[in-house]
Amino acid sequence: MKPTYKIVFIFSVLITIVAIVATFSYGLKLGVDFKGGSIMEVEFKDSLPQISDVQQSLGSMSLKEISVNRAGVNGMIIKTEELDEAKHQQVLGKLQSQFGLNNISEERFDSIGPTIGQELKTKSITAIIIVLIAVIIYIALVFRKLSRTLSPWAMGVSAVVALIHDISIPVGVFAVLGRFYNIEIGAIYLAAALTILGYSVSDTVVIFDRVRENIVRGKSKEDFGTTVHHSIMQTLSRSLSTTFTTLLALIAIYLFGGDSVRYFALALIIGVFLGAYSSIFIASPILVWWTNRRNMA
Amino acid sequence: MKNSYKLILIVVASLILLTFVYPQGVNKSIDWVNAKISLKIPQIYNKPFHLGLDLLGGTHLLYQADLSKVASADRGDAMQGVRDVIERRVNFFGVAEPLVQISGQDRLVIELAGIKDVNTAIQMIGETPSLEFKEEGPNYSAIVTAQQQGQRLNEDPFVSTGLNGRHLTRATVIFDNQTYTPQVSLELNSEGAKLFAEITKRNIGKVVGIYLDGLPISLPTVQSEIPDGKAIITGKFNPQEAKQLATRLNSGALPVPIKLISQQTIGATLGAESLTKSLKAGVWGLIFVGLFMLIMYRLPGLVAVAALLVYILIVLSFYKIIPVTLSLAGIAGFIISLGMAVDANVLIFSRMREEIKSGKTLNQAIHEGFSRAWLSIRDGHVTTLIGAIVLYVFTTSVVKGFALTLGIGVLTSLFTATVVSRAFLELFTGPWFEDKKSLF
Repeated sequence: MKPTYKIVFIFSVLITIVAIVATFSYGLKLGVDFKGGSIMEVEFKDSLPQISDVQQSLGSMSLKEISVNRAGVNGMIIKTEELDEAKHQQVLGKLQSQFGLNNISEERFDSIGPTIGQELKTKSITAIIIVLIAVIIYIALVFRKLSRTLSPWAMGVSAVVALIHDISIPVGVFAVLGRFYNIEIGAIYLAAALTILGYSVSDTVVIFDRVRENIVRGKSKEDFGTTVHHSIMQTLSRSLSTTFTTLLALIAIYLFGGDSVRYFALALIIGVFLGAYSSIFIASPILVWWTNRRNMA
Repeated sequence: MKNSYKLILIVVASLILLTFVYPQGVNKSIDWVNAKISLKIPQIYNKPFHLGLDLLGGTHLLYQADLSKVASADRGDAMQGVRDVIERRVNFFGVAEPLVQISGQDRLVIELAGIKDVNTAIQMIGETPSLEFKEEGPNYSAIVTAQQQGQRLNEDPFVSTGLNGRHLTRATVIFDNQTYTPQVSLELNSEGAKLFAEITKRNIGKVVGIYLDGLPISLPTVQSEIPDGKAIITGKFNPQEAKQLATRLNSGALPVPIKLISQQTIGATLGAESLTKSLKAGVWGLIFVGLFMLIMYRLPGLVAVAALLVYILIVLSFYKIIPVTLSLAGIAGFIISLGMAVDANVLIFSRMREEIKSGKTLNQAIHEGFSRAWLSIRDGHVTTLIGAIVLYVFTTSVVKGFALTLGIGVLTSLFTATVVSRAFLELFTGPWFEDKKSLF
């Protein structure tokens, strides 16, 4: 294989390590649906008070974990510990008495108990593990006929390493976004993660498919690395196109879909891009190195 | 099947789907035709899309039932009881299509779309069902007379007596000696019996209302003082109804206590805003993807766009038929699926180009393109589908909506990108197109 692969591969590994370090040092900022707690979005129709006024107003209620942020032009998002309905009405009443009954309209209120959050975490982890296993098995099944020249496990493992890369980097990005821009990870991000998993694998499969075809056609007396490189080049334009069409749809969501799905789209944009990238620069080189080592042994 | 038949079939099917998905447009033309000529063409029924609470506005409540004191064999029944009681309550809120559903072993999901006063709703749900005896209030006759003329409907002519479900020992179904009509007999405890004796004593000749969940179910006139703590509800029951009522009363209240553990409420304005934005994103997504395909693949690109439109019609029809509850995440899934739906086309068209370059005729190239690209298409779709299925099975409602639209999209695009686009594409084969290969 050309040295380019090695250089880019090392670069990718470094980025992945940075992302993982960022994730562990900053941690992910989890939304209320994972963590439990309450989130209240209010719209001030006539006059928008200062954030500090709102904080002060609620300060007397001794709520835990309170935070107040701007949302949109006239809105604020107030996050607290989990509030039951009585407490919720007290908070709303307090705001209304202080800032005007007709000035305030509550646009959203979520209150999620800690058990639900914990369950969602467990479910998310289960889902991710199951997808990973299913994908490895699928790849091994699809490529089982190649087992004389290529180990199906090599294909499975290299696809999974690419997956780890594709997931770690967006997670790292969101750790940074959470730390510096207060972007939280809600339940919907699980959907992003699993979609990235599926998409990333399908990109890898396109290349591996071509490798399989080139081997079966047997026109390659060349070494395995060159075959893989040719397969990558042959599939490059279509890989770029399929990635690009999905990215275009995601960009439309990012630009026009509104605040609640903007960062979800961003997560997918990063992941889908990386999915295409990693099938070329992560999965393929690993496959080559693994196979060459096996053949030498 | 000959290709021309296939094409006609696709076009006709698409038109039918269009009238199903967007009957408003067709109905407008029908109106126009009806106005011009006096044909009375009937309007087409519009089956609406099912929108989620985050787009419609409303509240999603999750209750946890405490089943710790219930024998494990009876837990299913207990939950069913909770569901029935709560559903009856929820139906009073006047919300269109309220949803009350048992979730898992011991949870109850309640969804109220478009409800204004969530707080009151929560309070009403949280209350245990009440049985109450009421007597005539000071303005009884005035209110009753007014109500018979359709006025003062919000006023209750009765006032509480302090006798309620708390005083009930048990309820049984009995049959009237003469008419054999079913009745529900109530046995009160000693405190209740004393209260009931006093109430009946001071209300002889007047009406005492028996209220269930805040509504009168029986309005008997007191004949004489009843000292033994036995009351009878004579309402117009059939035996089945009488039995149900007795059962429900015997459970005292909700069979088990419930507790609100999660609440998600979205205001109607915010929901409407999200819906507009999602639709806008969808339209732009379609434009972006369509333009890209046209620029990259020219004539086949046009075919892909046509297939994509058929795809949208099919998918939207599925949403209406199943029906899929379209949430914000669900629509996002749909938009992403627009980008993925053309993936198969991309794979096929790139393959075709290669074959054309190697000197094959268009017909051969199309044939090769489809058959060679099939494995990649299948594998790509299957992996995405695995993700969608796992998401659907293992996660919660927000994510399920996304998984469902994405999954439906992946499956449908498998059909449109192959069968439909192939039928369109074969229009452009033949000698005339052979020397215009630059279009491909």
